[in-house]
Parts: sequence; C-alpha cells; structure tokens
Amino acid sequence: MHLAQLNIAHMRAPKDSPELADFIALLEPINKIADNAPGFVWRLKGGDAPTDTVVHEYGDHLLINFSVWESREALWNFTYRSEHLPVLRRRREWFHHIAEPYSVMWWIPEGTIPGLDEGMSRLARLRERGPSPEAFTFRDFHEAPAPSLG
Amino acid sequence: MQAVAALQDPVRRALYEFVAAQGRAVGRNEAAEAAGVQRTLAAFHLDKLVEAGLLESGFKRLGERTGPGSGRPAKVYTRARTEHVVSVPARDYRTLALVLAEAVEALGGEERAEQAARAAGRKAAAGGPPALEEALRERGYEPYHDDEGGLRLRNCPFHVVAEESPLLACSVNLALCQGLLEGLGERGVTARLAPRPGECCVAFSKNNES
Repeated sequence: MHLAQLNIAHMRAPKDSPELADFIALLEPINKIADNAPGFVWRLKGGDAPTDTVVHEYGDHLLINFSVWESREALWNFTYRSEHLPVLRRRREWFHHIAEPYSVMWWIPEGTIPGLDEGMSRLARLRERGPSPEAFTFRDFHEAPAPSLG
Repeated sequence: MQAVAALQDPVRRALYEFVAAQGRAVGRNEAAEAAGVQRTLAAFHLDKLVEAGLLESGFKRLGERTGPGSGRPAKVYTRARTEHVVSVPARDYRTLALVLAEAVEALGGEERAEQAARAAGRKAAAGGPPALEEALRERGYEPYHDDEGGLRLRNCPFHVVAEESPLLACSVNLALCQGLLEGLGERGVTARLAPRPGECCVAFSKNNES
C-alpha cells in the first residue's frame, strides 16, 4: 500500500502578491527536494512551470498539496527532516493559522492515483469525525491494512 | 533503573559512550580498542548493555571484501533509540510537555514559545560552561564536527515531543540554541534548521567573515 497525503493552507494574500513572493520563489527548490526524496511516488502538479500550484475549485485563497508516498517514514523525512522544515517554520508569514485539521492521510493501493475530490472529502471526514483508518494524521496514525488473501 | 545501573561500571560506560558517539554500527574490536580493554571483556560488557536495552546489536560485514572468502559477518552495536528516564521521586514531565505542545499548536502560539525558548537558552548559557561545544554536550546534544566544518548534533534532547509535534519542537529547539549562542556571546556562529533523518534538527556554522 502507498500513503496518500493532502494538506491545505489558507493564503494571507493572493498568489501573485508581494506578500507571497518569498513562498512562490521557494516552490521550485522545495518541489525538487520532494521529487527526489526517497519514497516519493507522485504529486499533483498545477502545470509545467515550477511555480504552478494545484488548480482547484475550493476557493482562490486555498493552496493545496496532494502527494503519494511509499511509507509514513518517507513522508515524515521529507516533511520534517529535510530543507522543507525551515520553509514550514515560516508558514505564518504566508498562511493563516487554521484551528481545525489541515492535513489528512490514507492508504491507497500501489499504482493508483486518488482524485483531488476524494482527498478533500477525506479531510472533511477527519474534521467531522476525527481520525480513523480512512482519514488520519501523523499524530493519530493508522498502519496500512494487512493484505487480503486471493 | 536497571538501564542506568548498567552504566555504573566504568568500562561499560566508556564502551557505551564510544558506541553512542560514533553514530554508526561499531564492531567489538574497535570498541575494545577505544575503551582500552581486551576484546573478550569488551564483548561481555557490550552484550550486557544490549541486555539492559541501552545498545542494539546486529550482524554486518566489516571488511572491504564481499562475497565468498570475506568471512562471516561480525557482531556490531548501535545505540538503542529507546530512551530511559529515571526520576526519584517519580515525575512525568513528558506528558505535561506533550499536552502543552498540543495546546500551543492549537492556539497558534509558536512564536511566543520560541521567544520563551530563546530566553531559556540565554539563561542556560549563564549557568553553564563558557564554550559552545561543552555547553551543548552538557545539555545532551552530543555535538560532532561534520565534513563541511560545521557543528552538528547527534542527539535530539526533545525526541519524544519532536515525534508528536515536530515543527514546534524543532522551532523551540532552534530558538533555544540561538539563545544559548547569545548568552555565550558567540557572535561568529549561526544556528540554523538543517534537519536530517535520525539527528537533531539544528546545525551550527561559522559566519562568513567579510
């Protein structure tokens, strides 16, 4: 099984504003680190340009990251044990504090690519009902289900 | 308690400290040499440390040669990831730290936490040894020099909180280290976040003199 992860961020200003300029400039190096990270499988891209962000219908102020990883460790090491961490630390410069869960994970069969709508509904499920094997977080992690026979 | 008692023997303690400081798997010969004891004695104590849960053992080919004729794998030791906390009488700062970390995150109070950590770092500098490396060692960071002339930290003293609230723990840790530098008057050195798997997230580098 592979681990799918979706997270959203609420931008303080439009994407092309000076307030967000530092963040936009960091997209290319950080995406490069993700793409080359051990255990990285896939991420949703907004376009071919390095600064293209995920295109969606959930509101212009929302920035969405959506990716697939081989394991919890792979995603953890990219998120918190790489040059991604210093960027994450600056998040308040560009994004509002969100008081409810803004990140969700779930297991998917290898070789499949989940849809963005599915990710958003998993996040909604996490917010409504708390962590479960269908929608969980690093803090309330659920291991991959045992492979079924046949 | 048993784990701590296992470190009372000076040979055992020397072996433990040597293995912990290497940050990689260590063979019996190498450990014996470092501790200045016979190989069989070193092996005895190393296995006692495994029994006490302070070290982990495994098997690995230590030589350059591989394939047939390279000999069977040697027994090697690494420091166990599990931590041992002894407090008499019983205290539980861990639960309190985890609860407070979650509350700080929920309130978005990271910046305030970093300020407090910076102040704590300055205070710690005032009461500790005057040299940075010594001060870090005293606080459990296990500093070592990397190949690029920087100073890195092998141990994360806040490991339990860093597993649950990594962003907060690492930010607070960085602020603490920055406070420590300020308190020591180390103007030529900068602390920054440079995380790697299995190590502390903070690294120190000398400022470029212009």
